[in-house]
Amino acid sequence: MKDKPTILEIRNLTKIFPGVVALKQVNLDIMQGEIHVLVGENGAGKSSLIKVLCGIYTPESGHINYNGQPYKPQTPSDAIEAGIRVVYQEFNLLPFLSVAENIFFEQLPQKYGFVDFKTLYRKTQNLLDAVGLDVSPDTPVELLGVAQMQLIEIAKALSSQSKVLILDEPTATLTSREIDTLFDIINKLKAEGVTIIFISHHLEEVFKIGDRITVLRNGETAGTHTTDSITIPAIVKLMVGRSMEEEYPFQDDVQPGPTVLSVEKLQCTRNSPPLSFGVGQGELLGIAGLVGSGRTDAVRAIFGADIKYAGDVIKNGKVISIKSPKDAVNNGISLLTENRKDQGLVLDMPCQTNITLTDLNEVSRNGFLQPAKEMAVAAKHVDELSIKTPSLDQWVRYLSGGNQQKIVIAKWLFRNTDVLIFDEPTRGIDVGAKYEIYLLLWELARRGKAIIIVSSDLPEMLGICHRMIVFSNGKITGELRREDFNQEEILSMAYSGYIHGDNDRNNTEMSA
Amino acid sequence: MNAKKISYLLLREAGIGVALVLICIFFAVAEPKFASYANLMNIFTQISINTVIAVGMTFVILLGGIDLSVGSVLALCSVAAGLIITNEALPPGVATTLAVMMSVIVGASCGLFNGFVSERWKIHSFVVTLGMLNIARGAALQISDSRTIFAFPDGFSSFGAQTVFGMPVIFVMALSIVIIASIVLKKTVYGRMIYAIGNNEEAVRLSGHRTILYKVSAYVICGGCVGVASIMYMLRLNIASPILGVGFELNAIAAVVIGGTSMMGGKGSLIGTFLGASIIGVLSNGLLLLGMGDFARQIVTGLIIVIAVVIDTYRNKVLIKLQQT
Repeated sequence: MKDKPTILEIRNLTKIFPGVVALKQVNLDIMQGEIHVLVGENGAGKSSLIKVLCGIYTPESGHINYNGQPYKPQTPSDAIEAGIRVVYQEFNLLPFLSVAENIFFEQLPQKYGFVDFKTLYRKTQNLLDAVGLDVSPDTPVELLGVAQMQLIEIAKALSSQSKVLILDEPTATLTSREIDTLFDIINKLKAEGVTIIFISHHLEEVFKIGDRITVLRNGETAGTHTTDSITIPAIVKLMVGRSMEEEYPFQDDVQPGPTVLSVEKLQCTRNSPPLSFGVGQGELLGIAGLVGSGRTDAVRAIFGADIKYAGDVIKNGKVISIKSPKDAVNNGISLLTENRKDQGLVLDMPCQTNITLTDLNEVSRNGFLQPAKEMAVAAKHVDELSIKTPSLDQWVRYLSGGNQQKIVIAKWLFRNTDVLIFDEPTRGIDVGAKYEIYLLLWELARRGKAIIIVSSDLPEMLGICHRMIVFSNGKITGELRREDFNQEEILSMAYSGYIHGDNDRNNTEMSA
Repeated sequence: MNAKKISYLLLREAGIGVALVLICIFFAVAEPKFASYANLMNIFTQISINTVIAVGMTFVILLGGIDLSVGSVLALCSVAAGLIITNEALPPGVATTLAVMMSVIVGASCGLFNGFVSERWKIHSFVVTLGMLNIARGAALQISDSRTIFAFPDGFSSFGAQTVFGMPVIFVMALSIVIIASIVLKKTVYGRMIYAIGNNEEAVRLSGHRTILYKVSAYVICGGCVGVASIMYMLRLNIASPILGVGFELNAIAAVVIGGTSMMGGKGSLIGTFLGASIIGVLSNGLLLLGMGDFARQIVTGLIIVIAVVIDTYRNKVLIKLQQT
């Protein structure tokens, strides 16, 4: 490896967003023709780094050398022209067009102003052979499976003579057999001299495919190692890194009481494993796990936002029937959804309208709204939560992220349910607002509410929860009480469903 | 109230009103006959039916839907009511009452069908109501044997010719419906839900509401309004016919859009819709007085609709800027 030249030299790269530093002085060398793996927790900076490389983000400082030349892409097409190409997790294909048209969409061969299909299909066939895909160039993309679409994306990347190919979680939706095929192709590309940057959550496969591994943590590089010189536990340790800081207000005067809400053998879909857990009065229960591990699916099923396949929801010892969010709210359960803009707020309506939306009966008489009462309710909540808004009449679209989140909290406080489920309550908001939300969670616990928190921010969960359950690949892989909290252990539980998951994958493959 | 707030309110509420006044002044100057009592009564009568249909249409469009079937449903309602009102076996008073009820029930049922099918199977209302457009027209022709029904009871015909406070009775009916519906939209929980769902249905559903009920109800209200409009049509022309109402959906949609209601849902008002219907009526009447032919009038009306929407888009941008500051 040492004798190979460096193709990408990243020096002191910094990218700042309002309220958060996404990349801090990142240094990274990518060798010509290697398979370089990037790992890190959610929000560690992997996506930001890729987006800088492919010209979507412009870094605040630092520089990149590419083949020895300074490289400053302004747009994605600059990056493509330079030969750096990303295959994203979400595909970017036009379903009704053919394979060939998709691959050469940006540069269709032409003759007299018409598409030259003969050349198009010949070139496409060459690329399809290169990625080992056995479909006809004129097949519409919508007829292909996920794995085939993945290969089309790779073929598309190769069509523009890419020298560096970045694969963003390419295996997330593939079965183990498809992953093996993909790895064969990646190795073949490597043999042809293409440099590959590979991003994945699945640590085991990372060791199968990668030459070197770089761990990102909180926007910084936490070390680069060759795959034969490091182990999975060591990688996990690097990913977790820092010790916990005192930015979380754990308050031990609140002791959890008897169980208020529990689920028995909850199955979100037919093939998902049954889940059972409960939350007590005055308890803060954390649900940890990776994005896509089934945490959101589970809480949405409890709330009736999606229809569950099987299982019981038990409130205060009685099985309750929840077929819609309305049933859940009437039974004293509320859900603060992870996506506040699409699911939590009516953006083009004022603060008071959003706050009272959960309980309009409270601010109306005989079906007629009582504006004075409504304003009073809104003013009280805006004051209590110190929501910063020029006036109550302001559309919530124009509030900051933290204040929008507080409006969502206000509307559920107004409804005053005994169980509150928070899905990613602090995502995308600044540190100050986060702290206020933690204090608020404690205040709610003190009032005897049962609280479930889903969060991808593990330090935050370690800081504020009484108890934590860990989801991995749709299953519950662990449960820890506060006195046993251990970041490393939780993280390995969060990954465990994927590491030992090959059997499951085969099973789903068989039954599908 | 500072200057910014006043300009905000003026822009939001008065834009179409100012346009209407300017158009009226233009016609009054260009053609003195325009401002005569007789002609104004004429305009009031002409805009009444479109106004009532457009009120119903506003509910549907506020929810991001559309109802293309209103013209055909109007014909079906009128035929159903006409067959009852001309039934010799019933005393005229009873026949009239039953006919009115029948018209509203038929309209509301068609709306129920539209709303239920599009919400239950998540089909865009454009398609469902396009189907209803054909179904209702066919049904109207079928049950009436494709004949025009006339010779209504004397009491019914003379009621239609009356005036209240010097205004035609059907205009008073239309105005009352605008006012009642406007109160429903602005002052009640139901109205609040219509606006909120139109803005973000998923957020409202996840706030613990059964949004589908509200959505279906809007189509029922639209159908009910068409039922009322059909009675007004019969009061005005003293006929019921299966070929009535062709193209009415386009006038109603135009009134709603000129009135500033967003086709994406969630934003708009009934006062705007009423002013929109008035602009269409005034234009059509005024241009006729100026001696413009049918075809040219259609061109002008079409242009006005497009211009109104362009202005409205620009106005919304300014409004958003004012909101931000």
